[in-house]
Amino acid sequence: MTNVRYLAPSTLNEAISAFVAAGSAARILAGGTDLLVQMRSGAVRPGVIIDIKKIAEMTSIQETSDGQFRIGAAVPGAVLAEHGRFGRVWPGVLEAINLIGSTQVQGRASAGGNLCNGSPAGDSVPALVAAGAKVILQGPNGVREILVEQVPAGPGRTTLLPGEIMVSFTLPARPPTSGDAYLRMIPRTEMDIAVVGVGVSLTLQDGVCTAARVGLGAVAPTVLLVEAAAKALIGSRVEAKALEAAASACSAACRPIDDKRGTIAYRTKIAGVLLKRTARIAAKRAEGN
Amino acid sequence: MTKLHVSTTINGEPAEFLCEPTDTMLDALRGPLGLTGSKEGCASGDCGACSIMLDDRLICSCLMLAAEAQGHEVSTIEGMARGDKLHPLQQKFLEMAALQCGICTSGMLVASDALLQKTPRPTEEEIRFWLAGNLCRCTGYDKIVRAVLETASEMSEAAQ
Repeated sequence: MTNVRYLAPSTLNEAISAFVAAGSAARILAGGTDLLVQMRSGAVRPGVIIDIKKIAEMTSIQETSDGQFRIGAAVPGAVLAEHGRFGRVWPGVLEAINLIGSTQVQGRASAGGNLCNGSPAGDSVPALVAAGAKVILQGPNGVREILVEQVPAGPGRTTLLPGEIMVSFTLPARPPTSGDAYLRMIPRTEMDIAVVGVGVSLTLQDGVCTAARVGLGAVAPTVLLVEAAAKALIGSRVEAKALEAAASACSAACRPIDDKRGTIAYRTKIAGVLLKRTARIAAKRAEGN
Repeated sequence: MTKLHVSTTINGEPAEFLCEPTDTMLDALRGPLGLTGSKEGCASGDCGACSIMLDDRLICSCLMLAAEAQGHEVSTIEGMARGDKLHPLQQKFLEMAALQCGICTSGMLVASDALLQKTPRPTEEEIRFWLAGNLCRCTGYDKIVRAVLETASEMSEAAQ
């Protein structure tokens, strides 16, 4: 066993200083549901573990007066599920986050960790992409805000700069006649890794879709924002023809791999099937609002 | 290397222990703390045999660093019975033979207790969904699920 240090700073500035000082030897610890497994398997051997759960802004949930939500990057899924308002405004995002792992994993795992882990199949990511969520990153050179889809760089890699820590998500305000949904395909009935994951967020006005975003996971090296699918929905009544066009756009965007969970042909087809189902749920929710 | 000194609360009692920075909470429980009721099945958060409560939240102790217990409250299977009196879930698991080899049992009990505290009268589906992260290779789950349903029913009647 090498000389590993565990730090649990109470401020972001302390955490960033420690992260910068330790360089690539450091790992950020939020819920630990990925990190501890990686340490156990020997895939990751950190010199310094920086536990960020004592930092208030990383574990808090706020709804602003103008209707935005600010979710600390380390808020566990189970805590988010107990929030009185979040799941009503963003049911698809909440479902996506709550699909990650078991009850026990939900007690710890966070959307920030899911995104920073860099898996193309992370369940929360397509839903957050569809929501138009941004992340606040803070590092030695200050604070910046980028869209969720700008974070993944490839399997296990992100665009975060050295010393940068993901602090929180910001979900935008949107018209009340909006809805979102997330569906994934897995070989088992529960607790598996997505073969395809689709997030859709849309706004309806008098039954016509006026805004839409589509996030697509597990079919490319990173989660994708599928603008062509959104375009096919916007201006439509989310009827069969528009759904077919959006489904084709999702299938066309796929650049998947063959693995034990699904073949390239299967993933490509299912991406379209799931888009249709997910968009229907999102539209129904928008109508109900 | 220097060991970390951790002050925490375990099953309602103040507790202190020394650990390596990379030790898991399960390592600390089964090692220096001598609480071997929590089991190591997979060590990767898949099986739930090491389930504990951390500040009233169900987690896998194999996915938590021991150092993280500092200042928090941990509850384990050892805190479930009151002296010689078994918790109703423990009693019902015995009566209904909801266990065979026993490796998963402490995790099943801790997780089921967490469910009943949150949802006193769960449906069968809610129980199966909640316990999806607790794997059992012997009983096939039916006896476990029925024991939890029966306990919930009896505890609710007793509370009225």
